[in-house]
Formats: sequence, structure tokens, C-alpha cells
Amino acid sequence: MVMKHIKKLYAFLIFFFLYAPIMVLIIFSFNESKSRGSWDGLTLKWYIELFKDRQIMSAMYYTLSVAILSSLIATAIGTAAAIGIDNMKRFKKSMIMNLTYLPVLNPDIVTGIALMLLFIFMRIRLGFLTLLLAHITFNIPYVIISVLPKLKQLNKHIYEAALDLGASPSYALRKVIIPEIMPGIITGFLLAFTLSLDDFVISFFTTGSGVSNLSITIYSMARRGINPKINALSTIMFITVLLLLIIINNRMSKNNTIKE
Amino acid sequence: MKENRVVAPYLIWMTIFIVLPIILVIFFGVTIRTESGLQLSLDNFKRFFEPIYLMVLWRSIRLALISTVICLILGYPMAMILASNGLKMKNTLVLLFIIPMWMNFLLRTYAWMTLLERGGIINTILNFLKLPSLNILYTEQAVILGMVYNFLPFMVLPIYSVLIKIDKSLLEAAEDLGADSITVFRKVTFPLSISGVISGITMVFMPAVTTFVISRLLGGGQFTLIGNLIEQQFLFVGDWSFGSAISIVMMILILVSMGFMSKYEKENEGAGLW
Repeated sequence: MVMKHIKKLYAFLIFFFLYAPIMVLIIFSFNESKSRGSWDGLTLKWYIELFKDRQIMSAMYYTLSVAILSSLIATAIGTAAAIGIDNMKRFKKSMIMNLTYLPVLNPDIVTGIALMLLFIFMRIRLGFLTLLLAHITFNIPYVIISVLPKLKQLNKHIYEAALDLGASPSYALRKVIIPEIMPGIITGFLLAFTLSLDDFVISFFTTGSGVSNLSITIYSMARRGINPKINALSTIMFITVLLLLIIINNRMSKNNTIKE
Repeated sequence: MKENRVVAPYLIWMTIFIVLPIILVIFFGVTIRTESGLQLSLDNFKRFFEPIYLMVLWRSIRLALISTVICLILGYPMAMILASNGLKMKNTLVLLFIIPMWMNFLLRTYAWMTLLERGGIINTILNFLKLPSLNILYTEQAVILGMVYNFLPFMVLPIYSVLIKIDKSLLEAAEDLGADSITVFRKVTFPLSISGVISGITMVFMPAVTTFVISRLLGGGQFTLIGNLIEQQFLFVGDWSFGSAISIVMMILILVSMGFMSKYEKENEGAGLW
């Protein structure tokens, strides 16, 4: 009985530790006063200022466009790659999978500087294009990792049956395989999208000429000290992430119930 | 099936953006710039073993180790609670654990800056209670706190996912045979969860040892970690050769320890975040 209460208290303290800082940010985003020490009443002025801030708005634009483009392209390349890898001979497959895991396991900072060296070496000016290329690169492995298990579950005979019934390979791919592995594709896409939204380290090294995403903007603002606009931004981002995760989680649990 | 055609774009992409950059890093790492052009040399690596840089390496490893140990001590009981049998709303609680992890990690770090600063919330509360104020922002403790805060879920989730798979009848059997709860934990639960513990340690230690953001924001730039050193070499000093050499050392360290750890991991699922 006592144990039960200790457990509850412990869980509460850990959750408090995790959430208190975020909650403080959210609450203080509505604080009239710029300082944290005092509460001068409710206001939405930091949100208004946030939306008036050119630097943050352009960062928001770049973050979203890079996230959407990179996750779409990574999903296309990654899904195709997963279908191919799934049909490979064992040796070739394990070699390619090892390489695929490399950017996942490698420290972000190494991936970042390696890509930066590549872009400078190839004389591509650091900016939107390099940022996009970098994001596609680190997203593809996550798509492959999400799609491969679905392909393993797939009954190979369905594809053969489609071919026997006169479907061309590409028709069978579109009408049989793709719909079957769709949940994996969507999970991969969402994962890629979230990772791209959140990335700092790799973006930090691969962007330039005035193009920066939200993480980089937050970093440069935070280095200069406290700024209430960041609180407002945190609140918006927290709610966005929360909604995205609830959607992903619902998908996952739906898939699980179907499996059972 | 025509595997080659569908994999081709990926293979090309991988060659250009994964293999080639790493070859470039290795190339810069083993060359030095002299008057007669680039020259093959291991000087960059030798330089890394000078005391001043070894200190940086040691500090990174020490801070990451301390944070990993704290995460393990705080995280293991939490994983046990999440995995315990009669828990209502188990999925919701696990999801609650995942949410902060997906919040932009700069914002999470920034949140602690605002909490710890001189006129921040923690000090306001302490002053109100007439307690001495706490000035740990821009110290090592703040860096460790930031690491623990950011990486705690990476410790809890792998351990949790191993714990829920443990066959409960094993625990009952141990109890039937007269073991008290401490013995059950020591002899049954903990040994069975070791693969989760190992992947937890990996997932906390690796990002902690390579971070340069937490040390910059919460350490105020006074605590150069190996990540900061790499950043400086590339962005401020412009010594790509030395920066590449440090990156190679770090990459080898991480990949070797990953390989070492994965030997102990019986199943890959241990690392699953979901």
C-alpha cells in the first residue's frame, strides 16, 4: 500500500521534472512583463510581436518548406529503396542496410560537417538548396526503416497472383504492394517530417546566406539571452508537436488492433 | 522483381551524400596544408593528443558519464513504474513520456536557461521562501542538468520496452520459491532487462558526449566539449584538417562502442522508441 503511494509520487515528480519547464514557458508567454520574476497580467502581445518578427517568420517559412519538401522526396526515394532492398540477396542487403544505418548512428555533428565539406567541395552555395539536400539525406534512412518491416509482413504470393492475373509489374506494384505497405509509408513520412522540423545540428552546418530554420533562429536568440517571443513560439510548437504525435499514435494503435 | 531500377536513385543519393562526404572528412583529416599544397600527414591526430585537447575529451566523457548514470538511476524506477501490471492508462502515460522528447530540443534547453537565471522562477521562489538563491546557470551542474533533462526519455523507453516483455510468471515463480522482492529484482528482473539498460546507456551517452548546444547555452561557452571544439575548428578557426581529425576520432569512438553495445543487445527491438 505504501509502495503504491511512493510509486505514484515518484512518477509524479518525474513528470513534473519533464513538464514544469515547458509549462513555465507556456505560462510566461502570456505574461505582460518581460522579466520572469514578476507577473504583470495577461497579454497576447508576444504572439503579435512574434508574427511581426521578420526573422522568425522567414525561419518558420524555411522550416516548413524544407520539412514538407524533404519528407516528401525522402518518402519517395526511401519507399522505392525499401522495395528494392527487400528483394535483394542477403549479402547485398546487409551491406546496404549497414550504410543506411550510418547516418542514423553517426553523431549529427559529424554528418553536418561532412555534408558541409561536400557542398563547399562541390561549389554549391550554402543556403536553401543545401539545407534541403541535407534534410533529404538524413530523412531517407528513417523512411526505409519504417517501410521495411511492412514489406517483410507482406505476403509475396499476392504480388505473384497479380502478375498471374495479367497485371504488369508496375501495375501490380501500384495496386497491390503500395496499398499494403501504406501504413509504413505514412509513418515514415511523419517521422521524417517531425525530424526535419526539429533538426538543429545538421541544419546549422549546412545552411548559409541568410537562410535559417527555427532551431537556428532560437539558438542565436537564446545565446543573446531571454526573449519572451521565444516563449510564444514554444507554445505554438509544443501544441503542434502534441497534435502530430496524437495523430501518429492513433495510427499506430489502429494498426496494432488490425494485426491482432 | 526489377530491384535495380527502384533502388538506383537511393544508391546514387547515398553515394553522393553519405559515402562521399565521409571520404572528404577522412581526406581532410589525414592531410595538412603546406606551402607546396596538401600533404599526407597524421599531425592532426597527434595534435589531438596534446594535453589541452585531451582535457576537452576527458571533460566531454566525464560529463556524459555523470549524466548517463543519473539518467539510469532516475530512469530505471520510472521504467518499472510505467511497466507495472495494474497501471491504468498505461499508453497515455508512455505517450506523455514521449511528448517532451519531440519538442524542439533547443526550446527545452532554453527553458532551463529561463528557469535557472538569476531573476528566474527558481530563484524567485527561493527568495520568497527566504532561502539562499541558486546560481548554477553557466556552471557544469547546469550542463549536466540540461543533459539529464534532454536525454532521460532515451533511458526510460528502452528499459520500459524490455520490462513489459518479461514473462510475469517468472517473477511469480521466484516469489513462490521464497525470494523477497529485492532478491527477485536482483536475480530476475534486472538481469532480464539488461539489454534495455544497455541500449538506454547508449542512447543517452552518445548524444551527451557529442552535444555542443547544451554546453554552449547552459554552460555559457566556458565548458568546451568535444562538439564545441569541432564547431570552432570549422566555423571560427577554419582549420578543417584538425576539425576533420577530431570528427574521425569521435566517429570511430561512437561506431565502435555502438558495435560493442549491439553485441550485448539480444534483440533490436530494445531500442524501439514506440
